[in-house]
Amino acid sequence: MTTTKQQLATALAETGYVADEGLATALVLTEMLKRPLLLEGEAGVGKTEVAKALAKLENTDLIRLQCYEGLDRSDAIYEWNYQRQLLAIKAHEGSGETADAIEEAVFSEKYLLERPLLAAIRQDTAPVLLIDEIDRADEEFEAFLLEILSDYQVSIPELGTVGAKSIPRVVLTSNGTRELSDALRRRCLYHYVDYPAPDREARILLSRVEGLDAKLALQIAELIGNLRKEDLAKVPGVAETIDWASALIGLGGRNNLHDQRELVFETLACVLKTREDQARVTRDVTDRLLGKVA
Amino acid sequence: MAALVLETCDDIGAALRMRLAGFVRSLRDSGFKVGLAETNDALALLRSTLSSRPHELKGAFRALFCGRRSDWQAFDEIFDAYWFAKGLKGAIKSVGDSPKKGVKTIRELADASVQTTDGPAGDVERTAGEEEDEDSEAETDAKREGASIADNLGQTDFRKIHDPEAMERAHRLAERLAHSMRVRLTRRDRQKRKGPRLDLRRTIRHSISHGGTPIELIRKGPRERQLRLVVLLDASGSMNNYTGVFTRFVHGILDNFREAEAFLFHTRLVHVSSALSERDAARALDRMGLMAQGVGGGTKIGEAIAEFNRWHAARVIHSRTCVMILSDGYDTGDPQQLGAEMAALRRRCRRIVWLNPLIGWQGYEPTAGGMSAALPHVDLFAPAHNLDSLAALEPYLAKL
Repeated sequence: MTTTKQQLATALAETGYVADEGLATALVLTEMLKRPLLLEGEAGVGKTEVAKALAKLENTDLIRLQCYEGLDRSDAIYEWNYQRQLLAIKAHEGSGETADAIEEAVFSEKYLLERPLLAAIRQDTAPVLLIDEIDRADEEFEAFLLEILSDYQVSIPELGTVGAKSIPRVVLTSNGTRELSDALRRRCLYHYVDYPAPDREARILLSRVEGLDAKLALQIAELIGNLRKEDLAKVPGVAETIDWASALIGLGGRNNLHDQRELVFETLACVLKTREDQARVTRDVTDRLLGKVA
Repeated sequence: MAALVLETCDDIGAALRMRLAGFVRSLRDSGFKVGLAETNDALALLRSTLSSRPHELKGAFRALFCGRRSDWQAFDEIFDAYWFAKGLKGAIKSVGDSPKKGVKTIRELADASVQTTDGPAGDVERTAGEEEDEDSEAETDAKREGASIADNLGQTDFRKIHDPEAMERAHRLAERLAHSMRVRLTRRDRQKRKGPRLDLRRTIRHSISHGGTPIELIRKGPRERQLRLVVLLDASGSMNNYTGVFTRFVHGILDNFREAEAFLFHTRLVHVSSALSERDAARALDRMGLMAQGVGGGTKIGEAIAEFNRWHAARVIHSRTCVMILSDGYDTGDPQQLGAEMAALRRRCRRIVWLNPLIGWQGYEPTAGGMSAALPHVDLFAPAHNLDSLAALEPYLAKL
């Protein structure tokens, strides 16, 4: 292997993404085996960030397909530009051209609207294709995605088969709201993204929040780590940690967390996103959590 | 990143190939879905320089062979056990075995002294399949089908069926009823696809034959997703007389129903969908029995629902989900917890249907602590003591 996972992890860190060892291995493998990577994990652990960092690292485009219930071929692959087609048909009227000729003209590249999947395989340099929250799409769509991911070609009845100019690096993410098919899972490499360990989360904070020193970053990460172990309805993600750290810094908190309990309690509320959670994390709970932090 | 090149050693030895094959086999034994393609890729990895660094190989194999979170969690132990011979702490489970001797299955428990002679389940399925082709006139008839064939069996309380033959007939009817319900519930969805949105793609396609004038407007409606059923079946001692029929009913609903999940609870919660996806009813019930060892104890409904909410709800519940709880509501746990967990469950799903066989009894009042705590969060509280009461549910489910 010319690129080891250490090299990759270092390069990723330069783009601002702190990857753990397993993820770096998985990313090296996607390149080696030409398989898509399926990232699964709770909301807010930074799955989408992986694709963004990868695109930055490779210096290519990131093409994103956000999945939702009811997503179908015309939203994902291609669509004809109907308005322009109608106008073109009207314009050709009376010109004496045959219906065949008009049809040929109307169903040509000129009237084709690319959607993310078609766009991804028609790039000159291989982009990173992010298929976000695949578990939200219907099973039919998943089945049909499988076909594209194995052949990297799209057939358009009016134009014929469009092959890939370059094979994109594909990253799929899933929150696990629906069980994905075994066929799709088998097609992909798999990485379960967990909440980062305090050490890694602290490094993420340092790369994202200005004016934070290493000790405070580690304290914040530890506190959040302990908070995640509480019985919460909405467990705070990495983005929330970053928000909280920024809020803390913005309100002038730069010292040891133990010296500013009041500020910690007040700002911690911005991490808790439901009424129940806010009610649950009382002053006492905050103090208890702070007590566990070194 | 520079292109990755596989620096291959000439070939890996036959011994290593055998080891890899053995590893793949032990993964499959543990329920991993591993195909030939993965094995080939794994061979390629072994040939690459990775093999000189076993620690990295583990990470690479993990990404390659795992498909879901449970795989992810079990992988390290299986890997270490196989390659480093560290010994396996019960990580290898056998999947889909026939019941071991000495283990009581649900069927045995439900039937107690009654020896069932399970006929071929194929019969039941074929009948339901034929209905699919019938026109809508048959639909209205089919609703009462359970009762008309069953004569008075439809109204007999399940408790009072002791004759093995009648019991078997009741089982089959319950299953068949579920089948016909499933078929019709899905068909209703299909017929509703007339919607307000214009399907421009098709409209244009059609307009070509009229010289480009869109005479025929083609419309499309919102994509209807089927109703999803999540069944929570109480398998505690007090439900003994009903469990047999209910499991057949649940099996009938789940068999081939793409969007359904089943859980069984007594003192804990067991996910039984995979067992119930078995086509053959008898085998499904046996597998389920294995999964529900410990059946017959007291019920902690509150804890079971708490566990469901915490570990399964996010995955199995979406906005068109109906949760069906089959239980008599005798709870040995804390009623307050049950109330709170029911409220949490209510917020997630569309409907909660609670089927209680006791409602059919004369003079029954849901006053037991657990039941009265759960009741405010239930959308439909219905009897389920005989086949007619199960059949009567259908129009309600269809409205979801």
